[in-house]
Amino acid sequence: MRSAFFIRSLHRISVALLFAGTLGAHAADLTVSAAASLTNAFKELGTAFEAQNPGTKVLLNFAASDALLAQIAKGAPVDVFASADQETMDKADAQKLTAPGSRRNFVSNALVLVTPSDSTLSLKALADLQQASVKRIALGNPSGVPAGRYAKSALEAASLWTAVEPKAVFAQNVRQCLDYVARGEAEAGFVYATDAATQKDKVKVALTIPTETPISYPIATIAGSPNPADARKFVEFVASPAAQAVFARYGFQKP
Amino acid sequence: MESAWIPLALSLKVAGWSTAINLVLGVAVGLLLARRRFIGREFLDAVLTLPMVLPPTVLGYYLLVLIGKRGPIGAWLYDSFGINLIFTWQGAVIAATLVAFPLVLKAARAAFEGVDPQLEKAARVLGLNEWSVFFRVTLPMAWRGILAGVLLAFARALGEFGATLMVAGSIPGRTQTLSVAVYEAVQAGQDSVANVLVLITSITCIVVLLSAGRLVPGRVAQ
Repeated sequence: MRSAFFIRSLHRISVALLFAGTLGAHAADLTVSAAASLTNAFKELGTAFEAQNPGTKVLLNFAASDALLAQIAKGAPVDVFASADQETMDKADAQKLTAPGSRRNFVSNALVLVTPSDSTLSLKALADLQQASVKRIALGNPSGVPAGRYAKSALEAASLWTAVEPKAVFAQNVRQCLDYVARGEAEAGFVYATDAATQKDKVKVALTIPTETPISYPIATIAGSPNPADARKFVEFVASPAAQAVFARYGFQKP
Repeated sequence: MESAWIPLALSLKVAGWSTAINLVLGVAVGLLLARRRFIGREFLDAVLTLPMVLPPTVLGYYLLVLIGKRGPIGAWLYDSFGINLIFTWQGAVIAATLVAFPLVLKAARAAFEGVDPQLEKAARVLGLNEWSVFFRVTLPMAWRGILAGVLLAFARALGEFGATLMVAGSIPGRTQTLSVAVYEAVQAGQDSVANVLVLITSITCIVVLLSAGRLVPGRVAQ
């Protein structure tokens, strides 16, 4: 008898423990899904936001913008979404995933071509990527990574895409692309200027690539946000002079 | 959906090569561990089983550091032979081989240990040399167990994802295997592509399991 009771209570405790963390994110949790290129800046801003709003815990989720959108579209409990291009946020708007009127641009960035810091290649124009000594070119997968789409359209504009595509190595997000170049596995790669700045000892910028559309980052609160009050506060905070100073330090430009 | 067959063909190629390599290596090392007593035998077994328990990301990182262009093995291969394994299907084969190796090793060792040494002794007394003893006595008695391990290893290699993605990347038509292609499609929100790929993967796995049940009656089916 006693052992049956023991087993039953043990069972109850374990079930309670199993679901403890999943029963709705804690009221004061704020889940922010942000483009991979925002990693360093948002980590710092998350800490600053928590300091300003005691009791609120900022949960940061970084990936390629399209992957984040796919998660939100499938019902992930996200409060704030920041993407690296307008196209992805347009898709979120079209699917009515964002809260109307909450969208705004908060920073902008530049696309650069990087090489490993010990590289002896001389890349003075995009056309130099056709050199035989450039065997592999890393870029984000254009079907899911904004940095890859910017790179692809720049190469298309220069009529180089068909020449470059056979050398292309697609990365899951822009930071993986940076890692491929930093390890010397790819001779060159397309990343944002701010990404290149995070690994200054391992990569160097060969070229800054002009893009047809400016690289501006939109942010918005999500329509089904579990914590809409903090979500709105966070979007405000990101536009504040204090946050903009942090972005500037990481090399981001004004929106 | 012609493009969905390319990752399938690639997955079968990678899994096929890795299984062939594992068959030879797994049987050789399995026999060694089952028949020879030497210092560090169990330690060697544990180290070789490690890929089965280590997270694939840890394995992928080890491989990236070792066979990458700046790694000790990778630099040597590149300088001496001009071979580069990162971002190639051969790199994917190495990842899949390493991950699936313990499955063949464990099965082969257990199968060889199950063969009565008296029978081998009798064969030697009757004048067979060591090769003939192995191919005409030991292997015929152990092959069922080995085959079960080999089929599991093939299935494991077919589904390998983590280490493969880190080592071979995701290059459509060259290193983008089925499991990587599914991940890529879901990440990009292309559900229609993912649906086709998932269906193909499931059917392939069912076919593998059914043929396993036929090849090894009673062993895998249990």
